[in-house]
Formats: sequence, C-alpha cells, structure tokens
Amino acid sequence: MAARDIHGPAPPWGDEFQVIGKPHRKIDGLAKATGHAIYADDIQLAGMLHAKTLRSPHAHALIRSIDTSQAEALPGVHAAITGKDMPVRYGVIPWTPDENALAVDKVRFIGDEVAAVAAIDEDTANAALELIEVDYEPLHAYLDPVEALERSDPLIHDTKKQTNVSKHVHLDFGEVDAGLEAADVVVEDDYSFHGSTHAPIEPHCAVAQFGADGLLTLWSSTQITHYVHRALSSVLEYPAQKIRVVQPCLGGAFGGKSDPFSLEFCVAKLAMKTGRPVKMLWTREEVFYAHRGRHPMRLHYKTGARRDGRITAIDARILIDGGSYSSFGLVTTYYAGQLLTGPYDFPAYRFDSTRVFTNKPPCGPKRGHGSVQPRFAFEVQLDEVAEKIGMDPIEIRRKNFQGSNTETVNGQRVTSNGFDQCLDKVETASDWKTRRGKLPYGQGLGVAGSMYISGTNYPVYPNKMPQAGIQLKVDRSGLVTVFTGGNDIGQGSNSVVAYLVAEELGLAVEHVRVVAADTDLCPVDLGAYSSRVTFMVGNAAIDAARKLRAQVVEAVAAAWEVAPQRVRLIGGHAIDLEDADRGIELREAFHLAEEKFDTLGSTGSYNTPTLGGDYRGGTIGASPAYSFTAHVVEAHVDTETGRITARKVWCAHDCGRALNPMLVAGQIEGSVYMGIAEALLEEHDVNRFGLHAGPSLLDYRMPLSIDTPEIEAFVVESIDPEGPYGAKEAGEGPLHSSIPALANAIHDAVGIRLRELPFTPGKVLRALREKQAPAGTESRAAERV
Amino acid sequence: MSEHEFEVNGVRRTVSADPLRRLLDVLREDLALTGTKEGCGEGECGACTVMIDGEAVNSCLVPVCQVQGARVTTVEGAGLESVQEAFLEEGGAQCGICTPGLIVMTRAWLDTCEREGRVPDEAEARRALAGNLCRCTGYGKVIASALAAAAEGGER
Repeated sequence: MAARDIHGPAPPWGDEFQVIGKPHRKIDGLAKATGHAIYADDIQLAGMLHAKTLRSPHAHALIRSIDTSQAEALPGVHAAITGKDMPVRYGVIPWTPDENALAVDKVRFIGDEVAAVAAIDEDTANAALELIEVDYEPLHAYLDPVEALERSDPLIHDTKKQTNVSKHVHLDFGEVDAGLEAADVVVEDDYSFHGSTHAPIEPHCAVAQFGADGLLTLWSSTQITHYVHRALSSVLEYPAQKIRVVQPCLGGAFGGKSDPFSLEFCVAKLAMKTGRPVKMLWTREEVFYAHRGRHPMRLHYKTGARRDGRITAIDARILIDGGSYSSFGLVTTYYAGQLLTGPYDFPAYRFDSTRVFTNKPPCGPKRGHGSVQPRFAFEVQLDEVAEKIGMDPIEIRRKNFQGSNTETVNGQRVTSNGFDQCLDKVETASDWKTRRGKLPYGQGLGVAGSMYISGTNYPVYPNKMPQAGIQLKVDRSGLVTVFTGGNDIGQGSNSVVAYLVAEELGLAVEHVRVVAADTDLCPVDLGAYSSRVTFMVGNAAIDAARKLRAQVVEAVAAAWEVAPQRVRLIGGHAIDLEDADRGIELREAFHLAEEKFDTLGSTGSYNTPTLGGDYRGGTIGASPAYSFTAHVVEAHVDTETGRITARKVWCAHDCGRALNPMLVAGQIEGSVYMGIAEALLEEHDVNRFGLHAGPSLLDYRMPLSIDTPEIEAFVVESIDPEGPYGAKEAGEGPLHSSIPALANAIHDAVGIRLRELPFTPGKVLRALREKQAPAGTESRAAERV
Repeated sequence: MSEHEFEVNGVRRTVSADPLRRLLDVLREDLALTGTKEGCGEGECGACTVMIDGEAVNSCLVPVCQVQGARVTTVEGAGLESVQEAFLEEGGAQCGICTPGLIVMTRAWLDTCEREGRVPDEAEARRALAGNLCRCTGYGKVIASALAAAAEGGER
C-alpha cells in the first residue's frame, strides 16, 4: 500500500476540527436556491440545434432497413443518423460491450434507440422522426426471465455460449451442506424483488459542440465523466485528446446516469456532422426507457442456525432479470452474492446467481447496486429463524455480529464496524423492548441490518493508476482552487472536498473553490458510483492539501526563523503556537511559500490497498471500508383495505466520521425514503407486449411529502482507520435494510410474512386470508382474491 | 406568432411567440431565466413552479397567451430571500433541480397562510408541498426548510 493512500483518521496537529463535523452549508447551495446553477439543459449556445431519438416499437426485432431520406429533406432538419454512423459497440464494463449508440442490426426492447435527428427545434426534429421508415422483422420477445434461461432460440445477444444468460456466478465458501445439517433450525423459502427505477427529477440531457480546431466538447448529465470520455473516443473513433467531457450541475442520478448513454454519442456525432452545437433533452418517458434501474430478482434462500442463534450456513440461488443489455450486469451478478457477508459472521456460504437477458428496458445500478434484493430476502429469513428459535430479532443480529477488524467468509477485509452501536441506537429510539410484539393488532415493529461498500478496489477497466486524483492551485488573493474529476450528483461531494481542503489548510470554506468533473481541467477520477467519492476523493484531497500545507508551514517557519512544528494554519491565519502575538494572514503565508518554492500547487491521489479474496471475482465487492446500517420500522396494516403505512423509520448508519452531519443525515433520510417507496409504491415493469406499464410520473408512483414516513436518522461514527479523517460512505447503505425491516414490521403487526415485493394491498389481503384459512384451504382462499 | 406582454419579476416584458408556447419555454429560452426547471413536462413534478399573480402554477402547463398582463414570479425574482436562506441553512437542497420549484411553492404557501391568517405547521407544509416531487431528500429537510422560513416570519 502506498503511503499516499492513508493519512489516518485525525489531522497530525491534533484531534480538533475547525470545519469537519459541523453542519456547513453546501458550497453550491446558493446557486441552486437562486436558480443560477447551470444544469445541462440550461446551456444555450448560438446556433444550437435540437435532437430527438426514434425508438423501437418492437420488443425484439431485426432491422431490415432504415430510410432517413424523407426526414433529411424536411425543412429545418440538419442531419439524421443511424447505427451505421457509429457501429462500434460499447459497454460500461469493458468485458461486455453489447450496446450501440443506435441499433445496428436489431432492437432489443420497446424504446431501444434506432435513429436520431438534429433540427432547428424539437418540434421539427419530432416531425422528422415520423418520416423515418424502418423495416422491422419481429422476433420472439422474452419477457419472463425463466423462459430466457431455458430457451436460446432466438438469442437476444450473440453470446459466446449461445444462450440468453448474461452472467453466471457460483461461489462456495466453507462447508455449506455440513453447516445446514448441523443446524437446529433451517428456514428455506422463495423471495421475489420487483423492478424500480431512479427517476431523478432532471431528465438526461447532453449538449455537444464541435470546434473548427477539431475539439469536441460534451456537456452531459453523467455521473461518470471519465468513462463517458473513454466511450466517446471509442464509439466515435475519434482521439480522446480531442474530446472534452464536462458534467455541469447534475439534477439527481442514484445510479441512473452511470452508463454512457445513446444521447451522448448522438449529440456528439450530430455536432460533428452539422458543425453546429446540438442538444438532446430526453422526455420523462424516455428516461423510463433508459432505465438501468433495480434488477428484478427471484431469490431462493436457505439459512441454518443453532438454537443459540448462531448462523451455521447460508445457501442462496438467485435469478436476475437483466433486461436487454449488460450494463453493469457482470458486477450486479457478483454483488448479489458478494455483499451479503456482513454485518454477520457465518462459517459457510454459497451463492449461485444468474443474470439473464430479457427484452425489457436494461437494468443497471440503482442505489444499493445488486445487494438490496438479497438483503431483503436474507433479513426476512433471519427474522423467521429468530422466530423459530424464540429469540428477539435484534438479539439474533447481535449474536451474529461479526465485529471490527475481521475477515468475512468470502475473504473480504472488514476494518471499522459500528453495527452493534447501530442496533443499540434503533432499539432505544424505537422503544423496542417495551413495544415490539406488544402493539395492538395491525401495528408492529421490525428490524433489519445491512452493510455496503465505500467504493471498490475494482476499477471497471484494469489499471494500476490512482482511482482518485486531486490538484490544488493557489491564487495570490488567498483563494485555493481544487480540481477534482469527482462527480457531484447532488450528494455534496464537491462540498466535502472543499471542507477537507479548508480543514487541512486552515482556510475558510468560502476561500476554497472547487472545479469538478471536466476532463480538460481535472485529474482523472472514476466517478460517482459504488459510494466511492467521499472515501477516495476525500483521501486524495487530504493528500494534496497536506503536501501544500507542508510547503506553506516550512516557508512561514523559515521566515520567522522557528521550527515548523511551531507553525499552525488555522482560522485563515498562520500562527506561532509559542508566541500568541505572532500571526499572519494565510494569503501572506502563501506569498512566503511562493517566494520560497516558486509557483505553488500540489497533487494528491488515492488508490485502494490490495484487497479481496484469492479467487475469481474475489476483488468484486472488496472495499477499503464498509458502512453498516440498522433500521427499525413501525408499520401499520389496514386489514380491511390491505394498505400498509410505514409510520416511522429509525435508521442508524455507521458512516465513520461524519464530515458534515447535515449532509449525512440528508443521505440517510433520502435512502430510507427511496427504500420505503420501492417497497410500497413504485414498480417498473412492462405489459405482455413488452411495453412499459406507465412511463410517466403519474403512473410511476413516487411518494409525495404526505406519503413519506417520519424518518429519524442517527449517525454512528466508528472512525475508520483508512477513511478521510475516518469517514466512510453514507449514500447507499442506509437504503438496504429499510425494506426487510418493513417486511418484518408487517409480520409483527399482523403475523404475515410477505416475501414478494412490492407490498401491495392485494398481496396483503391474500396473505391475511391464507393465514386465517384452516389448513388445506389456502389455495382456494388465494384464488378468491 | 403574436405579441405577449406581461411582467416577470417586476420587469415588463414583451415576447413574440406562438400563443400556445409553454410559459416554461418562454421563461427559459426566450427570457434566459433558466432557474425554472423542467422535470416531466406534464404537470406531475412541480420543478417548473412559478407564481402567476401570486398563485403557484406549473409553468409547463401554461400557454404564454394565458399570462397576458399578468405578474409572473420565478425563482430569480425578489421576495424569496428568506425562503432561500432557510433551504440553505436546513439542508433542503441536495441535487437542487426541484429546489427552485419548492422555493417558489413555499413562498406561495406562506403568502396564502398570511393572507388567510393561518398558522403554518408541519402538516400544512406537507400538504402545501405535495405537488413538488423531490427525489433526494425524503422531504424531511425540505419540510424543515419550509417551517424555518415560516418561523422567520416568512417575510419578503
């Protein structure tokens, strides 16, 4: 491990923070609140054209021919493009390049991109789309993942093994069969998790400009600038040195803007073709087709435990409905198994997970990528184990707590771990001991726990370069500018970087400016995914700032003719720790440093240490630090209507040191909201023709302010030895256990086990009737519903 | 094309546009007031909320011909400072795309409360802001922001 990576959880000058740990405002808050922040769709360039996309009306079809001549002849149309203009395939995971910017020979879901037009305005572009003639030859469409698993004619993709399997992973740790045999209790069941989508309020948007000098600039609502840069170069067959990718202010992503998308390639190609700037803003309907949301999964779990509550073995079999393209699916298939091995310790674990292609909008990474679904199944099963052995559900989780500084059954290193404290917090806050199992019929409490990664040591393309880089530039006015490739997608990562640099240099936060996510200006960062930004970019920021600080301190010490240990940078000043009368403004200290060292500037980096189990796939899910979460949900079940209400959610999240507790609480609350939303209301699905069931914000039922439960967020700070000042992730972990905690609360309320999401009134009523029906009559009762 | 004259943030504007052109587009494209955001274009998300003569509306559903002679207030307008301040202090904005709409809607709500002599409380705030979708915050800090603005007297 390089020394550059680890700085320890405390600043070297003592453990008192000036900026860190305080509820500072976000550095871009004022611009956002006044409407001055510039998002991709706010960019207007002289002569800008507007582009629209023609999409497939078939779920699965060959394209015999496309004729764009009439569209191109329409007055106001500047260019039309098809798959032939960009035949190179891409995929965010380099091993599975199965996407085209526009379909080349076949379409794979209703909404797949077929052609694009640039015109003087959107209306003209839309009119032109109507004039494009596409001759399709429809193929059998797969809408059921089981059928896709069993049948291989026709193939959705021309896979090596000539099946519709996108990825299969089978991993086996310890003696699973022996463990299950040795168990006093074994619970085995099927679970089902449905699809849901991110639905950021900002639809995807991209603007491209092509200069006479050959420079192609793309502004895009992406959460991974660096991968878009690489993919553009490859697909456009144009040198990366001549491409600049910029992420303007971004209006929400949640994983839904992690892939390179068709519109980015299309505006770039159209700008190159027409010589005019081109913008494409997707409609809300198109955002639903683009999807990349939560994978529907069918999960079979078998858990064995001893009478004392200790888990002896877990055996899982998972079928993942991937939709029409690979996207991050290789990783999803691993994550579905790899991320279950905490916060509990168990000696044996096996998972077999298979992702299949279907002719539906492609699934991808949604907040809690790949691990929310297995977590639901397992935590519900664990609750059942506790019930069978007569143990309190919180107690069984304590009993199996893996502790800190340990290794998981699949060989992952766990450092800090505050899960036990998370359990304590939610137990006390919910008054668990006096209320659980004792509330009136129809009301109940449920608990669940989870863990998540703070980034992973698996960069999507193999390389040994840093995962995060930072550059600092010092102005003679006393302003420090931070250049980071990190993507602020609303979570506040630019603010976090500013806090860290301000802390290290003793500056006021407003004297730190952040320039981010611009491939021309900023060092490479791998982007906002896998909850990696605070941990990795944060460490790089500390690295860079500490180098600069050393120079400033040395210059001041030399000028004062004192030892550097006496100089402290704090509160906008350099002060002499042994002479209260001596101090200068930081601006002057920077001048001294520039006189001594010439132009100031520093770089910082972060790369993970070597991590992961010694087996194929052992690095996937290996993280330098894991976050931990416990939820207690209070549910109300209306037994007349079957309607479930989450009345209150207590969520305790171990994020290491909370660099800004207000932002951490915001992440926890947003995660809980999103988890409860997909458990009760949201469903992303297609009808029997493969057509999206309701691609609008009316049909896709996102909770309003009146639907969202009261959420109480607790921050647990198990200071991590390798995080930036001890920080870990907070943006995705707190979603996971909200869903099983709700399911377990429903069981406490009315005694039914819901194993199939979402928890709609129909399912609740059916389960209630089955429970009340005498043995042997369950199926009849079910049919009547 | 026809001429439309109305007031935007206290300034009299004349716009030549198709009468059915959305107010949202007139504001964003013709008047370069891009603070008003488009989230869905079908009146579901509230990101494009502006005030017309003090009433909060979704500007994506309003044709420009309907604002003839009216007073339009957007997030760039005056009188929103105490609400904006509250959203900053309480962490009510994360990605910020719904924030302009929420701020305008909060202003309209506080004005209504004042006009009708109602005391703003949490239940009222949740109802008042139910037409504005936020995907980041889980609404807790949004409601806290609205209530903080109310506690400040909701002064303009």
